[in-house]
Parts: sequence; structure tokens; C-alpha cells
Amino acid sequence: MQLRPILSSLRHHKLTAFLLILQTAFTCAIVINALPMIAYRIERTSTPSGVDEDCLSLAYVSGIQKNVNQQAQHATDLDALRRIPGVESVAVIGSGMPFKGGENSYGICPSASAMQEAMSAQSFDKTDCQHPDVYNGSPGFLQVMGLHLVQGSDFAEGDYSTGDVPTAILTRSLAAKLYPGESALGKTMFQGKTQIRVIGIIDDVLRPMLRDAGQDHLVMLWPQLPDDTGSTYLLRSAPGDRERILNEAKAVLVKINPNRLVPEAYQRTFAAVRHKYFQRDVTMISLLIASGLGLLFVTALGITGLANFWVQQRRRTIGIRRAIGATRGNILRYFQAENFLIVSFGIVLGILLAFALNLTLMNFYELPRLPLYYLPMGAVMLWLLGQLAVLGPALRAAAVPPVVATRSV
Amino acid sequence: MFRYYLGLGLHSLRRNPALTVLMVVLIGAGVASSMITFAALRALTADPLPQKSAQLFGPQIDNWGPANRSEDGEPPRALSYNDALALLNAHKALRQTAIYQMTLSLVPSDAKRAPFTVKGYAATEAMFAMFDVTFIDGGGWGAEDDAKGGSSVVLSRRLSQKLFGGVNSLGRSVSLGGHDYRVAGVMGDWNPQPRFYAEGSINIVSDVGDPPDFFVPFVTAVNFQLNDSWGESCVSDYKGVGWNDLLRSECVWISFWVQLPTLADVQQYKFFLDGYAAEQGRIGRFQWAPNNRLRSLLQWLDYVHAVPEETRISFLLAIGLQLVCLVNTVGLLLAKFMRRRGEIGVRRALGASRRAIYVQFLIEAGMVGVAGGLLGLLLTALGVFGMGSFFDARVARLVHIDVSLLGLTLLTSIVATVIAALYPTWRAAQVQPAWQLKSN
Repeated sequence: MQLRPILSSLRHHKLTAFLLILQTAFTCAIVINALPMIAYRIERTSTPSGVDEDCLSLAYVSGIQKNVNQQAQHATDLDALRRIPGVESVAVIGSGMPFKGGENSYGICPSASAMQEAMSAQSFDKTDCQHPDVYNGSPGFLQVMGLHLVQGSDFAEGDYSTGDVPTAILTRSLAAKLYPGESALGKTMFQGKTQIRVIGIIDDVLRPMLRDAGQDHLVMLWPQLPDDTGSTYLLRSAPGDRERILNEAKAVLVKINPNRLVPEAYQRTFAAVRHKYFQRDVTMISLLIASGLGLLFVTALGITGLANFWVQQRRRTIGIRRAIGATRGNILRYFQAENFLIVSFGIVLGILLAFALNLTLMNFYELPRLPLYYLPMGAVMLWLLGQLAVLGPALRAAAVPPVVATRSV
Repeated sequence: MFRYYLGLGLHSLRRNPALTVLMVVLIGAGVASSMITFAALRALTADPLPQKSAQLFGPQIDNWGPANRSEDGEPPRALSYNDALALLNAHKALRQTAIYQMTLSLVPSDAKRAPFTVKGYAATEAMFAMFDVTFIDGGGWGAEDDAKGGSSVVLSRRLSQKLFGGVNSLGRSVSLGGHDYRVAGVMGDWNPQPRFYAEGSINIVSDVGDPPDFFVPFVTAVNFQLNDSWGESCVSDYKGVGWNDLLRSECVWISFWVQLPTLADVQQYKFFLDGYAAEQGRIGRFQWAPNNRLRSLLQWLDYVHAVPEETRISFLLAIGLQLVCLVNTVGLLLAKFMRRRGEIGVRRALGASRRAIYVQFLIEAGMVGVAGGLLGLLLTALGVFGMGSFFDARVARLVHIDVSLLGLTLLTSIVATVIAALYPTWRAAQVQPAWQLKSN
């Protein structure tokens, strides 16, 4: 296929060609910028939490009276919840749980000297100390959550108390951060004046809120019994039983002590917790995809519309070409090549625009620099779109009979 | 003449219905997408208190110092109890108030009804005047309750209705969080959005739309040891236990607002804040230079990113979409007009001036614009009503259709179409009659 006749023909339709190029360029620039936003959010929403998501439900109950013996209340509640058919295990947990939001972090140092350093600098930055989130609960909460111990042992029954803790279990990531290159097991950590011994390492589990990469899995487990007026019970069951168990749990909790609040909105499966945490991301993903598709659709409409117009305008020329020996394939490919050329110009301009747009957006939002591999993706998308949009008009052009050449218009 | 051109335009548009429909759809869809997102943006960036916002300022005091400061060097967003109390007692502004949010359980006096949770705020009396709170019954709790911590409460109309039915609830007793309060007033339809007044509730989507259920006196809330529902922010090595430690600590949790009517007042208040911080330095509490802020209400909203990011991004996307639609329309109109070179040639040869051609084609484009606008109106209305399934339902509740939005939709589409038609029309008017008559 020779490009020269196409180029010289386009020169006669400079402006229309330019409008098509401009439109393709805008679409290309926006799509290239939207793609990484979509990818980033999809990746975010599919982050695995590290707990057995499909088996967990959370029941929340908040007390009204003050000065209640929470521990006795917990024991009664746990006992009753365990009796619900289908409940495999249950524990009362503290405020921390993946995707629950909020923060329950403590500064912790791997050694006494690091603690000193942090104290004198009045800051944990630039020291070996870390700010992990803490997950705690009643005995057995590791098993209920479905956390996997990879080294060391679980807490002993005697470790559990409502006060300062003597022992802790770390995630792999936290252990590696605090004690790079050595085993964390058996080490003593410093939290203010308290010393905490590491007795176990678990596979990574997410913090309550997502943060920067490298910070997402800094979690330690404490054998600390929750003692707030509001209690969260974590129930483990088969996935199909969760809704029923939550309903029964609510009834059970109200029956034990009617003078408590069991708000409907806080009786939820872990899947619901996860859904709520990512709701805004999901909105954003659907918005981005919808406008991206809208843009592509509008661009395709424009290409088809103008190509149709061109075909009509050139019916005679096409007829002449057919009459002097061009095959249908020749005509078809002519229009396809023309479209390819226009879209290619659009893509080149679009890539420049995409960089400009990215730089502007970076000024206003916390967006990363545009990753280069999205450029070929955007380009391929638009080439395909262009070819698809021009196919109809090109086929119609190919169907123009040679006899048109002999007719005057 | 106008009617003749209308007729010509209609005839021409009917001759190629597919192209016409395409243009109308492009304009309608483009305008609707930007109008829907604009409505959302407008609802979320609206000034919560238009008549007062210029006078309201939120002071921030750096009581944490460089070691605990965030990367941008900004002081904490809320005040510690000590600082809030000091600013309240200083009376350096026309009015000042300290506010924090709380979630309490309410036990209805009717024992048959189940207890439920309510969300409200602790504040001082001055707040009602500062934020133009309207009342349908009673009013604030008065200076004495403010000073001595009286058990008074101001209820929302909704909560009062829920508790007492239609009857006047003034003076009745309400059991909130284990304490009994006397109803001093019932608020009218006062509900500025977003809830700028307490730091924690601005970015919380679950609080969008609803008015607060109640207000209780600040001193009373502190006496009853009622915690802030979003919790306190403390420096990382805080080891205090219990309420009294918290009051003495540098933990921040109280939002503070002052009313400063004139620029001179603002300057003076800044001066006062710096003086206060310097004084704290002299007594050894702050070991750093004063680092205070005094943001106006609108600056504050901007600073805390009260507008969700997705709203802005979607507006930008919609503008992009409309731009592409517009370029598309230019191309289609150009194609359409240039196809009628012959017709233009004949009209010109028969004596039509360039001006007449301009008018004729702009009218034709205007008709496409009106049709696109009407479609745009329909799509905008559908979009705004359907927003609940797309955006968060509570955010969507703030968005509404009014005459100005409808007018803007129609105007945008007509103006956009006419702008898109300018170049094609110019080209049409440039057609040389002789040339057209010669060929064919």
C-alpha cells in the first residue's frame, strides 16, 4: 500500500483530517491518563488482607451502663455465641482489624539503644524504631482470624491481660524491618519503658488502613484483652452461614443483656467491611471506566461519521479507480490505511498531550508520574478503535460499483 | 427572513437524519456529562454559611513542635483542651466557641422503646449566634449553663419529633449517655454542609447530609467525661491514662472557631495567637517559635480537602468528554455544510450576501444546539436522579436540580454548538458562487 496518494488526498481535506487527529489526540491523552488510575484502584481493591475473609463476621455491641465488668460480660457473651449452630470459633477483638479503618499504632524499638536515640531526637523518624498497628483479642483470636504462625508459638493463656503485655507476635514484614538479617524470635522490643518479648512470627496481615507500599503489613499481635464499653465479636463459620449467624448473634446478645445497643449497621460480614472500605475506590473505578468508554464511543462515532461523508463524497473517484482496475480489497485497504495514518498522527499528538495532562494533574493531586508502558496500551486501543470505526464506511466504499465512473452526478 | 432560515435548516437537517441525530446525541451527551458532574461539584464546594463564612476563622496552634510536625510543617488541625480553654477565656474575638463531636446512646423515657445512638456536639452558647442556628422552640442554654456546666440540651427537630411526637419538648428531660438533660431549644432546619465545624466530621461520608442530633454545653461534656467520637490525636509517646490525664495532655481533639468581623480584627487575633504561643514558650511549654494558623472557613475547607477527589476528577473527565464531542461536532458540521457548496453557490449567485449565508447556517447550527440541549436536559435530570447508585447515596442527596442548572445546560449546549459552527459557517460563506456553478 502506497501512502503517497493517501497523503496527497488528505492534503485536500486538511481541516477535517486535523479535526479527526485532534479528537483522537484528546481521547488518547485522557485514556492514557485514566488507565493507570483505574489499574491502581483495581489493584488497591483486590489487596488480600491476610485473614480468612470468607469465613469471618463481626458482631458489635455497645454497653450503656458504666462500671460493668467487661471481662465477665465477654465470657458470658462468648459462651452464648459459641453455642450458635455453625459457629466454629469466636473471640472478642480490639479495635484493629484489616479494612476497619482508623489507627491503633504504637511506637516500638528493636533495642534499648534505638529507644534512647528516638527519645533524644524526639522523633521515630530516621531511627530503627517502627510504628506498627496492634491487633489484640481474647485467647484464640489468631485462629479465629485465620493467621498462620510460621515461627515460634502462640500466646499462652497466662499471657492475656487487660494491661501492658509481656509478649507479642510480629508479621514477617515487621520482623524483617525491626531485625533485618536476623531472627526476631526471642528478641526483646522496647515500647517506652515496657519491654516486650517476641514469641512468634506470622504471615503478613494488612493494617486497618492501607498506606504506602512497604508499610502495609507492619502489624504486631498483643495478648491484650479488650476492655472498652463497646465490644466486637469475631465469628468464624462456613461462608454460607454468615448472614444467619449474624442474625442469631444479634438476638443472643440482646437476650443476654437487653440494656445494650446492637446497631444494625455494625453487624456485618467481613466482606461487607471490605466493601465499605473500598466503596469510594469502586465508585471511582466505575466513573473512570464509564467516562473512558464514553470517550472511545464518541470518538468512534466521529470517525465513522466523517468516513461515511468522505466515502459519499468520493464515490465517483472510487468508481474511476475501480474501473481502471483497482480491486475491492484495494479500496478497502485504502480507507483502512488512511484511518491508520490519521489515528497515528492523533496518537503522537495524544502522547504529548498525555504527558502535559499528567504534569498538570500531578500539580493538583498526589498522582505518580505516568508509567511509560501505558503509552503503547493507549496507542493500540485507539488503532483498534479506528479500524473498527472505519470498517463500515470502508466496506461501503469497496462496494461502490465501477459503473459509477461512467455516470455523471 | 428568520422563519425562512428556520425552514431551510429544518429541511436540511431532515435530509440527513442520521447525521443530525448523531450531532444532537453528541451535544446532549457531552453537555449532560459535564452538567451532572458540575452539579455534584457545585453541591460539594458550596459555601456552607454564605452570609457568615467571611467572618469565621479557625485558629490552629502548634503545641506539638517540630519533632511531631507533619512533613508540610502544619500545626495540628485541632486544639488541646488547655489551649481551647485559654482561647475561650481570653475573649479576644467577637465570639468564640470550642466544639467536638460525640456519639451517645439515648435511652427513651418510654421503657418499651429500644435505646438508640445519636450523634451530636459539645459546644459553647456562642456557637448558635456564630453559625446562625435557627430555632423553632426555645434557644441556646444561656451563659450560666455555659459557665457552670448545666445539663441543658438543644435537639434537632427530627430528634425532638422522634422522642416527643409533635408536642412542645421544651423543659422535658432526655437521658443521653447515662445523664439527664433538660431540653433548652429545638433547632429549625439548620444544617450547613459540609459539617465544617468539627474537624472529625468533615471528611466522613456517613455524616454528609444529616443535621446533627443535639448540642450540649462544652463544660458539661467535659465534666461528664464524654469522649470525642473520632478519638484524640496524641504525640506518639503519650502514656497518659484516663480523662484527667487527657485534659492536661497535649493531645488534640477540640475544634475552635472565632468570629472576626473586620480585617483589623483578624490581624489583631493573629497577633494575639502569636503572643499566646510566645507566652507558652516563656513558661517552658513550647520550645519552638510560634507556628500558628488562622484560616477562614473557606480556606479551611480547602485545606482539609472537604471535596472528595473523585468529584473533581470526574468533572475534569466530563470536560474532556465534552471537548471531544465538540471537536466531533465541528467535523460533522463542516462535512454537512461543505456538501451544500452547490446550494450555497446558487443562493450567492441569486444575490444572497455573505451575511445571509452566515445567518442561515448559524440558525441551522442553533437548531442542532437547542435539540442537543433538550436531550442534555433530559440526560442531566436522569443523571442527577440516578446519582445515588453511582456516587455515595448521601453525597448524592446534596445534589439537586434547579432552574439555574437547567438554564446553564441549555445555554451551554447552544453556545457550544454555535462556537462549533463558527468555522464551518465561515467556510460556507467563503464559497465562490462562480466556481460552484461552473462544475456540474
